[in-house]
Amino acid sequence: MSIVEILPRVRSFRLPRIDGLTQWIVPLVILLVWQAACVTGYVPARVMPAPTDVALAGWKLLVSGELAQNIWVSFWRASVGFLIGGSIGFAFGLANGLSQLSSKLTDTTLQMVRNVPHLALIPLVILWFGIDESAKLFLVALGVFFPIYLNTLHGIRTVDPQLIEMGRIYGMRNSELFRRVIFPGALPSIFVGVRFALGIMWLTLIVAETIAASSGLGYMAMQAREFMQIDVVVLSILIYALLGKVADSASRALERLTLSWHPAFQKH
Amino acid sequence: MTVQQSLRLSHADAQVIDAPVDFEQALATQARRPAEQKSRGLSLTIRGLRKSFGSNEVLRGVDLHIPAGQFVAIVGQSGCGKSTLLRLIAGLDAPTVGTISFGEETRAEDIRVMFQEPRLLPWASVLSNVEVGLGTDRTSADAKARAESALTEVGLAEKRDQWPSVLSGGQKQRVALARALVSHPRVLALDEPLGALDALTRISMQQLLGRVWHDQTFTSILVTHDVSEAVALADRVLVIEDGRIAHDINVDIARPRQRGSADLAALEGSILRNLLGPGADATGL
Repeated sequence: MSIVEILPRVRSFRLPRIDGLTQWIVPLVILLVWQAACVTGYVPARVMPAPTDVALAGWKLLVSGELAQNIWVSFWRASVGFLIGGSIGFAFGLANGLSQLSSKLTDTTLQMVRNVPHLALIPLVILWFGIDESAKLFLVALGVFFPIYLNTLHGIRTVDPQLIEMGRIYGMRNSELFRRVIFPGALPSIFVGVRFALGIMWLTLIVAETIAASSGLGYMAMQAREFMQIDVVVLSILIYALLGKVADSASRALERLTLSWHPAFQKH
Repeated sequence: MTVQQSLRLSHADAQVIDAPVDFEQALATQARRPAEQKSRGLSLTIRGLRKSFGSNEVLRGVDLHIPAGQFVAIVGQSGCGKSTLLRLIAGLDAPTVGTISFGEETRAEDIRVMFQEPRLLPWASVLSNVEVGLGTDRTSADAKARAESALTEVGLAEKRDQWPSVLSGGQKQRVALARALVSHPRVLALDEPLGALDALTRISMQQLLGRVWHDQTFTSILVTHDVSEAVALADRVLVIEDGRIAHDINVDIARPRQRGSADLAALEGSILRNLLGPGADATGL
């Protein structure tokens, strides 16, 4: 058997296993270098605690139940804010993508609001809501709204008009046309919006929690700063990174599941 | 009709029944339809048809009668209005002036269109794309079975669960043909359906089109820029110039037609001269 005949089989056998691991090589190397730098004293402990110290701090907080409590609070705020802002953005995207009238009525206003950085509203939001839950939910929802709105709108507007004409020729009514042609056609773009929105969701939450909160990961970090617990500060940052990664992986998995027809998601 | 002729015809019909996807044989079964065989197709009458887009008048008075079951090819230079005429016949656009009437009352499922692009839904399997063609019968219990038999008709039964993106251009167009045929239309309007295919795929698609037209006896209206395709498939070729029917040519060549035969070539040459002016079919060398 020639080498050319063997090659494809070897590739298909190895690729998935390597793929799963390769993405973790760089974080692992960074962790090792970091540990080495701290242990040798190259980086002083008050600037940067060693990964093992961070892990220890994490363990202590975990045992006391504080960590789980704070992660849960942040996760709850993030997902509820995302659901509220995302649904409203999706609804406006649909309405403005499907109806000329709705688009004429609201699009200009929304585009103006979009250009205000939503974090600039923090002082106003504190005046309105205090440091209540609703303040955080409002900010997250506002931040998430725009990427979902814009990408849903874009997705619907760019559905191939030839496919829509085809659907009409074959007797699809509006609801069926939406279900079979418009929505699936807009889905790839909607997912782009979701992934942007997830990034904005964490950013907004961190800022909101560090400024005005009495619980949550951001609050935990600020609290630790007061007491010079640098290991807890670093721990919070790492947890944010991890949660961000989890959210991104979840949306990718959903993408793979629903866009399996798309050439970009097909196995080769 | 003599006894001998009718014997030959019944022999040809016997071949039609077990006609496989073998294109050689498919071509051989394109025998001229016996006059007494009842066509399922609809006849079509067009009177005083005009169509303007803004101040631009694309069709300037078309009168035309197409008998049931005829295969008509419409040729003409680009921008002559041939695609507009087809879109009006298929009911995709409304005429500015004039009427288009079919011999009988029609349902939406009776008239189907095939375009140059396959227009398949990329997020639906090949089979569900064909099911779309059933129109309002999409939800009926036998929808799947009917879609499967239409796929078998175009020789793609084994691709039923694939995504359209893995098919070749010719295969996609065959799925589009299956989708158009699944409702057993009585008029099939074809808007340069083979224009984007390579030469060899185009020939086998022409044979497939000829075969399904022969088997299902619908009225067929083919817009094409390929005159050799027109004379190979059609009973009648209409040449459109400046929004009017300039020539109405009967293709009186017996089927099965031999690709590249002298009478087809002669007819093709004369149509090309009509289209482009005298001497225009010379290669210029």
